[in-house]
Amino acid sequence: MEKFEPVIVAFCCHYCAYTAADMAGSQRLDYPPNVKIIRVPCSGKVDAIHILKAFERGADGVYVAGCLEGDCHFKNGNLKAEKQVQYLKKSLDEIGIGGDRLEMVFMSAGMGELFARKAKEMTEKIRQLGPSPVHTQLEQQAKQKAS
Amino acid sequence: MDYIQPFNRILLVGCNECVTVCSAGGRKEVGLLSSALQSAFLSAGKSIDIKEHTLERQCDPEYVEELVGMMDGVDAVVSMACGCGVQEVARRYKNKPVFPAVNTKFMGASERQGVWAERCQGCGNCLLGITGGICPIARCSKQLMNGPCGGSTNGKCEISKEVDCAWQLIWDRLKMLGQEERYLDIIPAKDWRTAGGGGPRKIVREDLAG
Repeated sequence: MEKFEPVIVAFCCHYCAYTAADMAGSQRLDYPPNVKIIRVPCSGKVDAIHILKAFERGADGVYVAGCLEGDCHFKNGNLKAEKQVQYLKKSLDEIGIGGDRLEMVFMSAGMGELFARKAKEMTEKIRQLGPSPVHTQLEQQAKQKAS
Repeated sequence: MDYIQPFNRILLVGCNECVTVCSAGGRKEVGLLSSALQSAFLSAGKSIDIKEHTLERQCDPEYVEELVGMMDGVDAVVSMACGCGVQEVARRYKNKPVFPAVNTKFMGASERQGVWAERCQGCGNCLLGITGGICPIARCSKQLMNGPCGGSTNGKCEISKEVDCAWQLIWDRLKMLGQEERYLDIIPAKDWRTAGGGGPRKIVREDLAG
């Protein structure tokens, strides 16, 4: 079997994680290219549908990155995001995708190093879990179509 | 999922009314369930075609009629309305299997965001006018009509510390209104025929009904 490269979607808050990713870049820190960053105005703006759609289209892992507790630009969007993530983990278990493919992380805009580390940790974790069942099926379907 | 397992083309229908405001079966929940079902079936190695549509109301035939054009292309319908909507869709489209996706539980009010509690059982001959606006039928575990039982402690019901004693609430409110004498009125045993004991209920407004 070819080496499995997970597809990971990271919803990053503009005020912290997205800037931290920028910082990681300026610091020339390495982080896996598996992580696809989507910038959002606040982690609290990430809706369940965005996360579910990511998995439906074949993401192997998703994480939402918001500000440290008490630092949300919009008061408590980060904590709302965490509640949403915890709730969705249960749904993902029911669906058969597995709740451990979804995580919430917190960081500040200055934590470039933490951003790179979280990206590595998540990529490694998902690599261990293997491809999501949806991803596997979508790939099979694509192969069948091609042949 | 077991319900729709045998089918390949599903119409998932939401309702813009009550189920929308209680985050159970509106357009948003239709989108979420559709995506979740899609992923769940894909995970199990099956792809299904799910059409999403949300009606203004599912309990009125005029709106349910809107689905006519979509019915030919689907094998089954999954309704996210309350039981009334599910049944109206099933009545109108007799040759399509219709399944409920929302488990309708009670008529309630929202206590705070994300929390709903039962308030009305639709039992007929409303008592709220004499019980300080608090219903002993829907909110007393024993549906007592004349004051609390011995299980009322510190304003809570004996079934759970989470449940208020309805009669405590009634008494507190009557006191606040200066209507303590109301409490002395004996409420006779309820005639449960209006609560469903007399068979399925129906209301006919002669001025409106053709």
